[in-house]
Parts: sequence; C-alpha cells; structure tokens
Amino acid sequence: MRTIIKYVLLDLIKNKTVLVYTFILAALSVSVLATGSNTSKGLLSLLNITLLFVPIISMLFATIYFFNSVEFIELLLAQPIKRKTMLLAEYSGVAFALSIAYLIGVGIPLCIFSYDIASLTLILSGLLLTLIFSALALVIFVLFRDKTKGIGAAIITALFFTLLFDGLLLSFIFSFSDYPIDKPLLGLISLNPVDLARILVLLKLDVAVMMGYSGALFKKFMGSATGSIYTICCMSFWVIIPLLMSAKVFKRKDL
Amino acid sequence: MITIEHLTKSYRKFKALDDINLSFERGQAISLLGPNGSGKTTLIKSILGLVIPESGTIKIAGREIKTDWEYRSQIGYMPQIGRYPENMTIGQVIKMLKEIRKDCTHYDEELIELFNLPAQQNKTMRSLSGGTRQKVSACLAFLFSPDIFIMDEPTAGLDPVSSEILKEKIAKECANGKLILITSHVLSDLDEIASHVVYLQDGKLKLYNTIDELKFLTGEEKLNKVIASIMKNEPPKKLLTV
Repeated sequence: MRTIIKYVLLDLIKNKTVLVYTFILAALSVSVLATGSNTSKGLLSLLNITLLFVPIISMLFATIYFFNSVEFIELLLAQPIKRKTMLLAEYSGVAFALSIAYLIGVGIPLCIFSYDIASLTLILSGLLLTLIFSALALVIFVLFRDKTKGIGAAIITALFFTLLFDGLLLSFIFSFSDYPIDKPLLGLISLNPVDLARILVLLKLDVAVMMGYSGALFKKFMGSATGSIYTICCMSFWVIIPLLMSAKVFKRKDL
Repeated sequence: MITIEHLTKSYRKFKALDDINLSFERGQAISLLGPNGSGKTTLIKSILGLVIPESGTIKIAGREIKTDWEYRSQIGYMPQIGRYPENMTIGQVIKMLKEIRKDCTHYDEELIELFNLPAQQNKTMRSLSGGTRQKVSACLAFLFSPDIFIMDEPTAGLDPVSSEILKEKIAKECANGKLILITSHVLSDLDEIASHVVYLQDGKLKLYNTIDELKFLTGEEKLNKVIASIMKNEPPKKLLTV
C-alpha cells in the first residue's frame, strides 16, 4: 500500500494542476493577509476562499484523476493486490497531495502572518474539507463507469454542498419559522461538511455577526468546546463513511 | 492450469459470456478469437478477477479464484491499452512494480533489454508513443516470470521488429511449459505461436480445438483462412470438443 501511495504522490507532485492550485491559494492568502491591517478580517476572507475553492477543486481534481487512472488501477489489480488496498492507496495519494497543496498555499502564509488558534482551526478545517471531498470523489468514481457522467456528478455534488444546501436550509428555516426548529436544524447542518467547516472556524473567531443563525445555535447549545469537538467528529464521519462505502462498492465493480 | 465452468456474465440485458466451459493446460498457447464484442476481453478480465462473474467458477491451479487474490502472482497480464500515471518515468513504473511484488526476487528482464528500454527510462509516460507504452506493458507482463501469460492484443501498435521480438519471446516461454492466452485481430501473428484456438461469438463458445485439427477439418493451411472459413459457415457440431 505504501508503495502505491509513494508513486501516486511522485506522479502528483509533478502534476501541473496541483502546482497551479498551490500557487493560486498562496497568492490569495498572501494578498489577503499581507495587505489588511485587521487579521481577523483577513482570516474571514480566507475562510470564504477555503469554503468555496477547496471543495470544488478537490472534488473535480480527484474525480478526474481517478477516472484517468482506471487503466493503471486495472494493471495494478492484475498484480496480487487486494482491491481495497489499491483503492485506499489511490485515495490516500490524491488526498495527501491536495492536503500538501493546501498546507503550502494557505497553511504557511497563515502561520507567518497570524499564528493563533483560529488560524490553526482554519487550516484544520481546510484539510478536513480536502479529505472529505476527495472521499466523495472516490464514491463517484466507483459508482460511475463513464468519465463524463462522473465529472458531471462531481460538479453537481460540489455545488450542492457549497451553494445549494444553504439555500435549502434557509427556505427550511423560513417555512418552519413558527415552530421550534433549533434542534432539527443542528442535525441538518451536520449533513453539510462545508457548513461544519464554517462553524468550526467561526466558533474560534468570535464574530457573532458572521456566525449566522446556525452558528449562533451551535454556540448556544454546545458552547465553543463541545461544538468544536462535535463538528470535528461529524467531519471525520464524512471522511470515513464515503471511504467505507466506496470500498464496499469497489469490491463488486467490473473494471 | 485454468479451469472455467459455466461462466456467465451479463451487463444489464447484454450477455457478454454465456455458460463458458474451458480448460487450459501448461504448454498450450491459446489464441482467443472472435468478432468485436464477442466477450474475449470479458473472459480475460474474469480470469484476472477484474470482472466479477455472475455465475460459474474459475479455478487456477486447482484453487477457486473467487475470494482469493494471491493467485494473481502467477499471471502476467498485458492489457490492450496500457495507461500509466502521466508524470512517471519508465524506470519508475518498472521499479514500482518490483516494489509491489516483493514476493518475487528474480526478474526476467530479457525483454526490457531487447526493446532497449533502459536507454529511455527517464522519459515520462506522457511523452511516450502508443507503441512504446505497449512495449512497457509487455515488459511488465514478463518481468516476474509467471506461469500464465494473458495478453490482450499484444502486437497491436508495435512496429514489425518489436512485434517479432515479442513473438519470439512468447514462443520461448510457451516452449518452457507456460500457459499463454492471446487475443489478437492480426491472425497471421498467431499463426506461428498458437497451438489451440478458442472461438467466441456473442458470448458463446463456438469452438475449442487445436490448430492442426482445424486445419485438417477445414482443409486450409493458413490460420486466417481457417478462421474465415469458420466464420462463413457455422462450425460443424463435431468440431466441438469441449
């Protein structure tokens, strides 16, 4: 397994898309952090950049990469390797490469310009998002045979979580505003990793205005510490469950 | 060596393989023929465990392959289209497979030398022509000197010289008592190598005979003529010796 991860990484380090992704993230972080006097504001902008870019790029890149390696996966599976090992190794390689890109692009500038607990939380949430959306890409890869359909599904999934979900949540809040919907709302938020990432960072940032309804709820019900632990747990599930699911489907997949 | 019993596989309504029964032994060179979409690749992939059969069993060296995955160390597979991570070099790909196959310490690098791959081992896979990629795939299939070779269109895309080298290598391994399974559309290629012919059509096994039997029964000398005469007439029932 380690061998495959190593070589997938070797391949990805030279990949131009990953390099460009790293560079754009770095340029954005440096420009946001270095120009403003208020680091908290800079952090918020970076948070928004992370929440928008990381899911979409991770998802699309991972999906395309997986579909492009179909023949290679086939070749390796003709060797005495377990399917599960192969799939998880492939995932780890991609997720690791994208995480490194994020760490270099956002992590290093953050540590230089504003090193505190909120920045570290932002880095953590960005990394978790990378892992989550690469895992979702893996699910799409094992479910679809056709590359074009797979990429379409990846775009829809990424947009659903980054844009559409919040809209649906708002309409839910709006239409049921006469009822006590605080608790169901908490549950609903756990269904969206992007919201979880947002809350995780905002709990540390202490900008009540920015937290919105859901963030305020989190703080009210769980307090900062429990809230953070709860979100991290939920996000870990968002990594583990798709991975288990894809390993299960892949076991029976025809290549 | 390989025993296939009642193998059936369908994709939705399309039956790719329909109740196939076959048995291959050491020292045979089997040429797998059939029109496009007749189930050749599906059969090969079922043996490799890449396609999960619907029903039926495949046994390799007496062991059923269903849950097992270690049996694949006995197989060298050369795919139809070899695609590798783009930024890897030839040297890296070969090294990676060696690292994956820790169980094997003795490498058969004859083909790597004959194809003169060491001279271009720093080229990335992306920059390679289709033919060179084929060469890499061929080398990888032979690298661990397995007992069974499965080759899907091995000579497609190779220049005449390389194709000749590969065929010689295949013939040599066959003489060493290895089992060889080849699909190819270039029938003249198989003329010198193949000892048996398996003919599939619409997922059904139409015939499985030795070349000599076929030549005798059809009265033709060249393999392509033999096959042509089979394709024209439905194969007579007495040919079936399954």
